Amino acid sequence: MNLRKYLKVYKKFLHTSLASELEYKTNILVDLITAILSLVGSIFLLSIFFQNNGYIGGWKFEQALIIQAIYTILNGITNTWFNPNLTEIVKHIREGTLDFVLLKPIDSQFFISLKKINPSGFLEIMIGFLLLLFCIRINQINLNLSFLTLSLITISCSICILYSLWFFISTSTIWFVKTWNAIEVLRSFLYIGRFPLNSFSFSLRIFFSVFIPIAFITTIPSEVFLGLSVLWKILLEFIVATVFLITSRKFWLFALKFYSSASS
Amino acid sequence: MVQNIIDVRNLSKSFDISSKEPGLKGTIKHFFRRQTKSLKVIKDISFEIKKGEIVGFLGANGAGKTTILKMLCGLIYPSEGSILVSGYLPFRRKENFLKNITLIMGQKQQLIWDLPPIESFYLNASIYDLDKFEAKKRIKKLSDMLEIDEELFIPVRKLSLGQRMKSELLAALIHEPNILFLDEPTLGLDINAQRNLRKFLQKYNQETNATICLTSHYMKDITSLCKRVICVHEGAISYDGKLDLLLKKLSPVKEILIVCRSEEDAIKLENSGFTVKNKIKNEITIKIENNSITSSLKNILNNFDIEDLFINEPPIDEVIGKVLMKNDYDI
Repeated sequence: MNLRKYLKVYKKFLHTSLASELEYKTNILVDLITAILSLVGSIFLLSIFFQNNGYIGGWKFEQALIIQAIYTILNGITNTWFNPNLTEIVKHIREGTLDFVLLKPIDSQFFISLKKINPSGFLEIMIGFLLLLFCIRINQINLNLSFLTLSLITISCSICILYSLWFFISTSTIWFVKTWNAIEVLRSFLYIGRFPLNSFSFSLRIFFSVFIPIAFITTIPSEVFLGLSVLWKILLEFIVATVFLITSRKFWLFALKFYSSASS
Repeated sequence: MVQNIIDVRNLSKSFDISSKEPGLKGTIKHFFRRQTKSLKVIKDISFEIKKGEIVGFLGANGAGKTTILKMLCGLIYPSEGSILVSGYLPFRRKENFLKNITLIMGQKQQLIWDLPPIESFYLNASIYDLDKFEAKKRIKKLSDMLEIDEELFIPVRKLSLGQRMKSELLAALIHEPNILFLDEPTLGLDINAQRNLRKFLQKYNQETNATICLTSHYMKDITSLCKRVICVHEGAISYDGKLDLLLKKLSPVKEILIVCRSEEDAIKLENSGFTVKNKIKNEITIKIENNSITSSLKNILNNFDIEDLFINEPPIDEVIGKVLMKNDYDI
């Protein structure tokens, strides 16, 4: 793979996407207001849960706020990259415009996963980081290099798992044509990631760890921030992320053999 | 000897198609137990195309023209048989193969809707690994050939269909491909835009010696661009050869309108053994076989008092229409 070429193409993707989005200024403003309101709403909901005894699943409100911060960052990443690109795969397949992607001398998964960008998602990422900084302060977390490295690794793994899950569903469009509902189900499962995994019953914990690994996405990075995480969990998250990423790649290449293009 | 750039041998393609009975009952049955059957849309076809040739694929809707084009450019895996395009197996979609070809579809677009076409051109240039200087040079050359200038800087959504199609062509040709696959490129364009597009394709072919495979329902596209046509009928090739030979075969006679000096001359001509289509006063329309047209005309001019004479070609659309209905042409 020619890295220089891919960087050049990605720079162009960024440029064209930003230029396209900036054509609609009001839309960006509305997205910003939505992101702020959604965060305020989520914190309000969390505060209601913690009103009675101040603990849920062994987590204090200040600690649970870290999960909310990581969720907001991940949701921002979802809105910046996954939503504009991965939902577009369904459209590409239904309308047959995937033809243009497949005939370009560039990796098709790279192209369809990163071509578009929604700048308003950046604002959400920023809000998430500000909340995280606030949480670091109120939880008196000591920042050091190993802590930062582990945080970065676990959050990157979360992004990979989330991307792979979404990409699986979108790719299955090649057989099922319409998969909007499945994507909506995934998004609603993601909302669950705003709460500590321990706050759910045993069976739900198993479900959200094994079948749809939402638990890995927010809880493990949050545990790293609070110094509660154990090495095997981090390793497990790393393995799950790697397996998901590799499988999503293989699945895409396999699915393309069944692509029949839309009729003209 | 000109080499073959496309070589297709015993190519077949089958699709699994699901069918549904009408009504609510059929819908419920279809939802729970989908019945699929394998449909062979391309049936054991073979042909070669030489470098620099412009070949038109003719056939009715659903005959399999687009499926053939999509297999040639590597979008669809063939079920049986072999395809070699420029020495590559298309469905492997190797980088060097993709840099050699392009696909233009009249009904689909690749330009970024909210931005001027120039942005899409530079994006494509980076994908094809062209530096800015080279991209600029090629955009200038192609925009001159296509006669577009200001349109390059207007958002695509505000361009007319004709301007958009020209921009689509430029986006698809920026990497200077050797093989062009065009699927109904003039669809929906007005007569002038169609003519300009044909003019451009002709010029591009002459200047670059690119091979062009074209499908179109506008017969003017086929007659003005393609010397050779491949007729596809229900997934099989019904004719592969020169267009003028096909036209001669399908339309072996010409209609000649003769204006005689007097009605008596017209009556004399009517009774002289020619096949008469109609006669109105001193005007008579006769049918003459293509191979005897010179001798017959000489005979008429020598023996009858003729005021004027018109040779009418049968309407091409009518002739080609026959191609879409038949499945065998022995020429």
